Amino acid sequence: MSGTEATALGREAGQVSFLTEGGTTVRSWLLTTDHKRIALLYAAGITFFFFLGGAAATLIRAELVTPAGDLLTADQYNRVFTLHGVIMVWFFLVPSIPTTLGNFLLPLMIGAREVAFPRLNLFSWYLYVAGGLITLASLLMGGVDTGWTFYTPFSTLYSNSYVLLAAAGVFVVGFSSIATGINFIATIHLLRAQGMTWMRLPLFAWSMYTVSLVMVLATPVLAISLLLVFCERAFGLPIFDPRSGGDPLLFQHLFWFYSHPAVYIMILPAFGVVSEIIACEARRRVFGYTFMVYAMVAIAIIGFMVWGHHMFVSGQSPFANLVFSFLSFVIAVPSAIKVFNWTGTLYRGQIRFSAPMLYALGFVGLFTLGGLTGLFLASIPLDVHVTDTYFVVAHFHYIMVGGSVSAFFGGLHFWWPKITGRMYSEVFAKFAAVSMFFGFNFTFFPQFILGYLGMPRRYHEYPPEFQVWHVMSSTGAVVLAFAYIWPLFYLGWSLVKGKRADDNPFDATGLEWQTTSPPPKDNFAVLPIVTEEPYRYHPEGFAPHDVEDTHSAQTPQ
Amino acid sequence: MPDTALQEPWQTAERQHVAMQFGMWCFLATETLFFGGLLLFYAVARYTHTAGFTAGAHEAEVTFGTVNTVVLLTSSLTMAIAERAVREALTPLARAMLAATLVLGLAFLVIKGFEYHSDIEKHLVPGPGFKLTETGASQFWAFYWTATGVHACHMMIGLGVVARMLLIPKADLPSRWTAAEGSALYWHLVDVVWVVLYALIYLVGR
Repeated sequence: MSGTEATALGREAGQVSFLTEGGTTVRSWLLTTDHKRIALLYAAGITFFFFLGGAAATLIRAELVTPAGDLLTADQYNRVFTLHGVIMVWFFLVPSIPTTLGNFLLPLMIGAREVAFPRLNLFSWYLYVAGGLITLASLLMGGVDTGWTFYTPFSTLYSNSYVLLAAAGVFVVGFSSIATGINFIATIHLLRAQGMTWMRLPLFAWSMYTVSLVMVLATPVLAISLLLVFCERAFGLPIFDPRSGGDPLLFQHLFWFYSHPAVYIMILPAFGVVSEIIACEARRRVFGYTFMVYAMVAIAIIGFMVWGHHMFVSGQSPFANLVFSFLSFVIAVPSAIKVFNWTGTLYRGQIRFSAPMLYALGFVGLFTLGGLTGLFLASIPLDVHVTDTYFVVAHFHYIMVGGSVSAFFGGLHFWWPKITGRMYSEVFAKFAAVSMFFGFNFTFFPQFILGYLGMPRRYHEYPPEFQVWHVMSSTGAVVLAFAYIWPLFYLGWSLVKGKRADDNPFDATGLEWQTTSPPPKDNFAVLPIVTEEPYRYHPEGFAPHDVEDTHSAQTPQ
Repeated sequence: MPDTALQEPWQTAERQHVAMQFGMWCFLATETLFFGGLLLFYAVARYTHTAGFTAGAHEAEVTFGTVNTVVLLTSSLTMAIAERAVREALTPLARAMLAATLVLGLAFLVIKGFEYHSDIEKHLVPGPGFKLTETGASQFWAFYWTATGVHACHMMIGLGVVARMLLIPKADLPSRWTAAEGSALYWHLVDVVWVVLYALIYLVGR
């Protein structure tokens, strides 16, 4: 983020914002403790890694167009999909919404001037960059071929690639997550505005709270599991080595104890974003606000008790399988509550099909499909059939990409005027949103079928009868790639030439809309005092049946 | 209570104090989960190969371990006095106690170094030429090297934190009492972890 760009973003002369206050030099950005500037620093980082991970995905889909392994060798293919996984999970998805939208919006939403520990916040960005550079180094030296899961004993004893560097990079970036999590928890506990009670918090703030809990409690376990792999590989300590009595499955338990909750680290912030967008764009109070809150809390807690469903075929005890299967079904309940409540919020709403809303509605559909196929995988007999096939790949891409990335783009558009002070082209944005939904389904729905037919994941060649599905998937990926690259142009354009945004262009509730766009460095001229629940889109006590008859013309907004 | 150096975004010393404690305890919670993974490894290894594991533990040098426990517990005492002295604005005492903590912490690492030297001499590093043959013995020593190594890294971070307190100019020290309390919390955590490791490493094979 250069100084000139920041100046171009500032509003009319005399209008101060965080973009110009405190200087516009590179130094003032790199040493900033302003949560809004740190959010933009993170945004630069995750954008870089998103397109790097996307480039790897492009290579994967290109290789799979033909049944023969002609573009990449088996070894190169292993390194490419590992790169894709490692970069996308730890350097894009996990930090994406919390560190950008969360950092920017959380203090604004709760009526605070800063996060609780501003210097720790900046430090977390440097940890993120350091972890990213270490991982990039491993990539430039030749890459890693273990898959993003680093399974032992392959990663510790047999892999002939740069496992140590990659594990070190992920280890370091984990502490950036922990720092962000601690910061958010303390911010929400200690810095809420007067009158901002827990049950008046916007759902996005609740999602940041629950995701921070998961980050803080799960990430240290990832750190220790990677450290153990590191010690075994670097110093020959036989921690997971079965020849010395070690247990390779112990690594899987430790790893999934983090990595299953990590899925909720990716999806909980998306829940928050989507709740804000749907309430605003349907002009409705969120249906069942308290249930939405408790559902997120329940997901955060039960999310820690389901990791064993990744290990149904690993030889763990049948009793453990049963318990993990049951708990995996249980966690579908709060997830379903959320889907029903979003639908309930839409009911009798005055719906605007704006770009953020299209992303949000796309999210609900894709998340539902991803969640329902999750039930297939929670059921042991079905899971045994589709373990390590493209069915699993499709399932988690529906949650992580269809879910989290849709919500991230939706949130980016929704709060873009607040963050930059500029409006984007609504037509172009709608086109991107629809392309993403279409391209995503085109890419990943065929993979459900492929997986069910028996196509295993992580193979660079396959029998010719699978080709039609792979070609379909790769064609969809072209559309999807367009949908990701296209916003770079019109959002970039809006930074320079976009119409100046009002303070509250979408007529949304929420404290972040009560300050200027973009906000001043201290967020609010006068700290707000909160007297009501969130989402006051219509008067209290207003029931659907009091509005208008279903068949009468509805007032357009 | 002395004047407090306020950090952004806190308006009062009380809130800043609450925030420091809150953040620090959250961080210590993550530390317990971090060491928890290590202890899970210990539990699994000891449960699956009890005899070999205990035979491995028998080789641990209890003298070094015990001396180090005494050194570290004493350093916790000096750290506790230092923290209280900062709060009471007894600057010379505070600095003396911080220096004592630093010296004791360094002594711990030096003693640990001698212990490592002795372990290596006795071929207690798993791998070629490892002294013991029972299955499970090398698991114990894998735990030993990993756990004590990770703990030593925490010690070094702790020493850095204590050294930073010593670098604060004398006149400013009393106003930094929240920082002193945070440093002390971290130091005591490292100490508590050692107490657990002491029992698990040195007392199991007796």
